[in-house]
Parts: sequence; C-alpha cells; structure tokens
Amino acid sequence: MIPSIPQNPFLRNAYRAYVGLFFIYLAAPLIVVSVFAFNDSLFPSLPWKGFTWDWFFGDTDPRIGLFHDRSLLNAIGVSVFVAFSVTILSVAVGTTNAFLFEREKFRFRNFAYVLMLTPLVVPGIILGISILIMTNGVANRAYDAFGVEVDLLRPGLPLVVLGQFSFIATITTLVISARLRKFDVELEEAALNLGATRWVAVRTITLPYLAPAMIGAGIVAFLMSFENFNTTLMLVGSDAPLTIALFDRLKEGSTPVLNAISLMLMIVSALLALGAISLQRGKSA
Amino acid sequence: MSRRLGFYLLLAPLVVWLGALLIIPHIELLLTSLQVKVKPRVYEFGFGNYAAFFTEPLYWNTFARTALMSIAATALTLIVGFPISYYIAKLARGRSRAILFVLCLLPFWVSELVRTFGWMILLRETGVVSNTLQWLGLSSGPIEFLYNDAAIMVGLVYTSMLFMVVPLVTTLESLDDSYIEAGYDLGGNGFAVMREIVIPHAMPGIVTGCIVVFMLSLGNYLTPILLGGKDSLWFTEQIYAQFITRFNWEQGSAFGFLLLVLSSLIVWAGLKLTGQTLGQTVGRG
Amino acid sequence: MTPESPVAYDLECRSLTKSFDDFVAVQSIDLAIPAGSFFSILGPSGCGKTTLLRMMAGFVRPTSGDILIKGRSVLDVPPNKRPVNMVFQHLALFPMMSVAENIGYGLRRRGVPREDIARRVEEALVRVGLPGSGGKRISQISGGQKQRVAIARCLVLDPDVLLLDEPLGALDLKLREHMKVELKKLQHEFGTTFVYITHDQSEALVMSDRVAVMNAGRFEQVGTAQDLYYRPATAFVAAFVGESNKWRGKVETADAGRLTVLTEDGVRIAGSGEAALAAGATVDVFVRPEAVALSRDAAGIASMANRMDGAVASVLFNGAASRVLIKAGAAQAEIDVALPQTGEFNDLAPGQPIHFGWSDAQTTCFRAG
Repeated sequence: MIPSIPQNPFLRNAYRAYVGLFFIYLAAPLIVVSVFAFNDSLFPSLPWKGFTWDWFFGDTDPRIGLFHDRSLLNAIGVSVFVAFSVTILSVAVGTTNAFLFEREKFRFRNFAYVLMLTPLVVPGIILGISILIMTNGVANRAYDAFGVEVDLLRPGLPLVVLGQFSFIATITTLVISARLRKFDVELEEAALNLGATRWVAVRTITLPYLAPAMIGAGIVAFLMSFENFNTTLMLVGSDAPLTIALFDRLKEGSTPVLNAISLMLMIVSALLALGAISLQRGKSA
Repeated sequence: MSRRLGFYLLLAPLVVWLGALLIIPHIELLLTSLQVKVKPRVYEFGFGNYAAFFTEPLYWNTFARTALMSIAATALTLIVGFPISYYIAKLARGRSRAILFVLCLLPFWVSELVRTFGWMILLRETGVVSNTLQWLGLSSGPIEFLYNDAAIMVGLVYTSMLFMVVPLVTTLESLDDSYIEAGYDLGGNGFAVMREIVIPHAMPGIVTGCIVVFMLSLGNYLTPILLGGKDSLWFTEQIYAQFITRFNWEQGSAFGFLLLVLSSLIVWAGLKLTGQTLGQTVGRG
Repeated sequence: MTPESPVAYDLECRSLTKSFDDFVAVQSIDLAIPAGSFFSILGPSGCGKTTLLRMMAGFVRPTSGDILIKGRSVLDVPPNKRPVNMVFQHLALFPMMSVAENIGYGLRRRGVPREDIARRVEEALVRVGLPGSGGKRISQISGGQKQRVAIARCLVLDPDVLLLDEPLGALDLKLREHMKVELKKLQHEFGTTFVYITHDQSEALVMSDRVAVMNAGRFEQVGTAQDLYYRPATAFVAAFVGESNKWRGKVETADAGRLTVLTEDGVRIAGSGEAALAAGATVDVFVRPEAVALSRDAAGIASMANRMDGAVASVLFNGAASRVLIKAGAAQAEIDVALPQTGEFNDLAPGQPIHFGWSDAQTTCFRAG
C-alpha cells in the first residue's frame, strides 16, 4: 500500500491501470473539445472531415470564426470587465478581512468568521436569487417613493459583479489570511522600532510580504468570475458574459466555433492557473 | 484613538459585504417566500408557497430526486476519487506526484460549460463514443448516451472530482508512512490497515470533500440541463423556471429557501457526525 | 536614583510596574544605566524580563512608573519615535529586502538623502565586519552574519540605547561562544549603551559591565559578574548563578555573621551569612563545587574550616569542567566537587576514600524562604 511494503504485482498493475483510466476520463472531454475546434465540418462531431482554421479565422457565413464573431468577442469583453471588477473588489476586501481576522480581537469574531465562510456552502443559484430579490425590492421602493428608476439595481452587470463578489471574497479572504497568519509580527515591530509609523510599517513590510498571496488570490478570483455560471445566470441583464452567451448558443445547437473559443479559454485558464500554482510554490519555499 | 479607528475601517468592508450581500438578501428571500398572491399585485403573508410545494407531486418529487441523485453523485465521487488521491499522496513520488496533482487540478480551471460541452460531444448520438462502438463493431447503429440519469451522473462526478481529490490528497499526505508500516508490522493486512489507520486519518478530508461535492451537485444547473435534457427534473431548474419563465418570484423564493435548508442541513449533519466545524473543513486556506 | 545628575544615565526606570489583569509581570523596578555601558538582565523564562525590555522599546505601556532616556521621560513617545533600537529575538530581518535595504530602512524612514544612505550603510557594514555584503539577500547569509546585520541595522541610526532580546538563542553552541566576544567588542567600538536580556548566565557574565538578576518581576540583585558570583545577595541568586551544593539546616551558633549550621543530614558546617541571622533560624547553605578542595589525606585540608571524608561515587569527566560526586556522612549525601585538572586526581576511581574541605567564607547561608 506504500512503496516500502511489497504488493502483489497483479494488484499493483491493476491499480496503475485504474489511475491511467481515471486520467483518460479527466482528459477526454477537454481533448475532444480541442480537437473538434479544427474539424472542417459545420458540427462538432464525427466524422472527421479534415483540418481547418476556419473556426478561428473564417469570415464568411456560415463559417464565421471566433475572431470575426462580434457577439462572442463582445461577450468576452463583458466577461473581462466583470472579472476585473470582481478581482479588484475581492482582493481589496479579502485583504482588509485578513487583517481583521488575523490581527484584531473583537466580540463575535468567531461568529463573523463562520458567517464569512457561509457563501461557500450556499448554492450559487440561491446567492443569485436572494441578491436579485433584495436589489429589486430596493429599486421598487425607490421607484414608489421617489419615482426614480435605479438601473443599477436591476439585472445587469453591476449585479453580476456584486453576486460573484459575494462568494469570491470568501476565497480571497482565506488565501490572504493564510499568508498573513505566517507573517512574523516581530517584523512589523522591528519596522516601528526603526522609526516607521504603523501605516508605513504595513506598507513597506507587511503588504510586500502579502503580495504573492494577493496576486494568487487575484488570479483565482479572475478565473472564478470568468467561469461563473449559476450566480450570473440569475442576475444577468442584456449584456451577457461569455459563459451565458455560450450557454445560449449551446441550447440553439452548437457549431465548432464554440470549440474554438473553448480551446482559447482552456489555454488562457491553464496559463493563469499555472501562474497561480507557481506563485503558491514560490511562497511556500 | 487611531487604533480604534483602524479597527472600524477594517470592520466596515466585512459588515457591508456580509450585511448587504448575504444576510439581508437571505432575509428578503425568506420574506418573499412567505408572500402569497391573492389577486394581481396583492399579496398576503402565508405559507401557501410552501403548501404548494408539498401538494404538487412534481415539485416534491423533483426535490427528492435532486437530493438522492446528489447523494449518489457524492458517494460515487468519493469511491472513484479515493484510490486516486491515495495514489497521488502515498504511492507517487517526487516529480510524478506533483505532475499528477496538477493534472487533477487543471480541468477545474476550465469553465464548467466547456467541460460539459466536451461530454456532449462524447456522448451524443453522433458523438465519439457512439462512433467508436460502431467502428469496433460492438454496435450496429448509433446510440444516444445523452439525456439520461447516467449521463447526469458522469457529468456531476466529473465536475465535482477535484473538490474531492484536493482535500483527500492533503489529509492523506499528512499521514506519515511510518503509521502504515507500523500497522503492517503489528500484523495487519492491507484491508485492516486501510480501515483502522488510513480511513480514520483521512476522515476530515472525506467530510470536507463530501460536503462540498454534495453542495455543488445540489446547486448544479448546467450539467443536468445540458446532459439530462428537458426531463432531467433538477430542482434548480424549477427555481429558474419560477423566477425567469413564470415570473412567480414568491414560489421561486420558497423553492430557493427549501434548497438552502436542505443543503445547510446536510452540511450541518456532516459536521456534527464527525465533530468538525465549518472553519476546519472549508476554512483551510 | 541619583536625581542631582540625571543626564549621566542613558536609561533609567523608576518604580516601573506592569500588570496584566491580576498577574504582575514587572514589579516596581528601579534601574539606572550609565552611558556607554553593557547592562544585562538575567533571569529564567517568565521572570518578566521580556516585558521590561518591551516597555523600554515602547511596545508595552507600563501600568505605573516612569522610563527616562537621557534624563527625559519617554512614556508618551511611541515606539517609532523613541531613541532606542532593538535587536529582536529572531532578529526580524526583513526577508523581502537585501542586506543594504535592511540596514537602510530606518534611514529611509528619516528621509535621509539616497546617497547618504548608501554611504552610511556601507560604513555600518564595514564596522560590523561585512564590507561589500549589501547586495546579498537575507536568505544567503549565515546565522552569525545575520546577527551582525541586525545590529548594524540598529546602530546605523545611532540610538541612545540598543536593546537586545536574547539574540544569540537561535545560534549553535560554537557560534554563540564566538558571538559573545564579538558583541562585547562591537559595544566597545560603538560606545553605545547596550541592554541585553538573556536566560543564559554565561552570556550575561561574560559580556556585561553590570548584570541584574531578575525573578518573578523583581530585581534580586544588581552588580558586576563577580558580585553575583562571589557575593550573591539572595538565595535565588546563589542558586541561579553558577552551580552550588545546597543543604538545609538550623543555625546553632551565630556571631556577627559567622555561623555554625547543623544540616538536616546531621553534618555540622561553618559558614557566613547576614548578621541578623540568630541561633535557631532555618537556613539554606550554598557551597560552590569549585570552592571545595580535595585531598588524599586528612593533612591536605587541615587548614579548612569545614573538613569531611567520604568515598568517590562517580567521576563525571568533561574536560576542564569535570566533576566528582562524593558520598559522605551518615546520610551518605552526595556532594558535587570540581575536579582539579592539575593531574593529581587523574586516577580517581569510584569507591576510593577521599578527604575534602572548604572555608567558612565560601559557605553562604540565607534564611530559608
């Protein structure tokens, strides 16, 4: 069961085969999505009709490639905007939360900590509808009382940003707190002792120390926002982020342009994820 | 003093975040679910929406079905994922361990939509699996693998796998090999060592994984819709339908609240059974 | 302590007290450290010495009392404005900065021009014996070099007082021995007042001009290393500084500090103690292992006030610090005696009879507490 304990060779090989099968299971859907991005056919399915770049660069109907598909490009733009906003908000709040939970002693600290974790165990769709109901209620009351229509509180990108932020902030808080917990407070005292004010000590010593965790948390937040579907679905207005746009296309019937964009997504995600993992490595070393 | 001021500045983002995006929305959700429509635009306080849930067999069956399928998906994910986690944590060494672990993580960074799309390409009538079977002569005509419970299961297990493997690998890695060696040295066989040493040690990871996987399955929307088709009968579809298609927010809120109660209950029971806290399970940074 | 010339002292504490809830960590400490001296505070862990040091640095606010630096109270001066700097227990070198950036940190906070910083940092590096190491990362330098960087980082700011919080604790034995000498040399060169806290008596005794022995929040004795060693003021100091044989007994006769004591084992010992001790008082008697003379025959110790004979129980060989345990008297009590390395006793073996004795002046008696 561990290398130092001898094991029946048949069992050992069966075990290895199982592990191999598992990784085929993991890779299979990703591989077929990628391969069919290059199939010279109107449908992402067999038979294989030869290799083409059309689904990336084609510009004539019905073969409009990813880079000429205005609505998809627009959806990517929307997703980037949303993900960027969510990242900034989540990292900022995650950082203040980390200082709050790691440095301050206050009543209800444990209660607040558990509450802070709950967005992780609330289904995303429920986060979505509860925020939808609340903002809609506020907007209705504002309309009834003042006769003004607050567009900001109706389904649309601001709500999508808030909805995603509501649970991604938990994750950034956890990542940044974990790093701050390892920080030796003696370093900050040393800075004070050498003449720094409290804020300067935090800026010159603590924040540089936290930077890898903040960047890592930012990457995670960006990816989670970019890929979010459930919460977004309930809060989206007329501007659809990429996942929603893809979902609508998928319901209509798919063309290999969806494969093309999926492949691009995979490459970008993989690069960002590898970046996040190597940051994680760097800081533990 | 400025120290107090600093504390309140750190506290403010947390209070705004949890208050405005978690607590108040969920209170509004509960209140909305208790509004019963008596005539157009007129509502009364009452439990009618909940009564409708219990009297309409479709709602009630969908709810039970979602819960049971989620439990099954959780169990299946654990059964499939445990040997893999054990292999990564205890049998793989050095570089190959790191590579296997990263390979497990990478698909998670690809959008769920892309992964599900991959399964559609594999499983549909004109898909890769069907064609392969025909090519191998195992089937005389195309077979539809999509739009049934098994397809939903495959998708759910796939989507959830990483949330099971990561906590399992983490806890199994923390089990020192010498305990396993001691177990054998004292006369235990593979089964006994697994049952009395490895699994008890891995229990925190098992619970964490199961809680997260169950929650994700329960709240999943994409996989049942895309792989299970029109008749997938997943409870989140009911919520979506009430909110978006029928615009019956009161009924939808009641459904949402019931789903929230179910998921919280399972999380709570899982924690109670193993004597852990939320902070210990999902709070590990 | 001497109010007529307060400026002669770099650092003074007046009835300094710190209590946490119902626990008094530091109790009414009075202390005055002359400019340019090396002052150590020696005590077991938990005696309050760290709290005392952190009050001096400004990280802990005293419950009552006053702290003066160069004659001026610093109670209301925050830690970043106090003219004291501190070498932390784990050094607290900033890991994300180079050696030069670490040393320049305080200068940058003062807004010193960039080129001045570079010059002063290099000067400081030269003075601590690390010229040209400014570009190195903290993780690239050795433990002893880290010590010197931590000291340079403080001394470059030219503080009135340098506080050191057991900075040698993390080093291995050989390097620690080396750094003791090094620290003393650095202090001498810079002429800065050092306040050094430690639980290691050898660090305190070797380096310090004066040492305060601290116990349970109070100073037991303040004096030179020799004072503490030869003339301990309390039983705690006698037991804590150096090794001792210790017996409990009753005073039989007392004559102006010259005592005879009958120990619980029934041995009569001649010793010395404070004049207030009278017959009948219960006392603890301390005799250092190296105060005891060994002899093969009774004549060799005839001049000693205390003379005994017994049998060698075991020889604990440890080079210059070798010991011999002797069983003596009716109770067969074990006595710890330093083994002279003159060669005379090299063949000593367990079971051999031996005579030993010591003078009454080196037998210190304290009222048992």
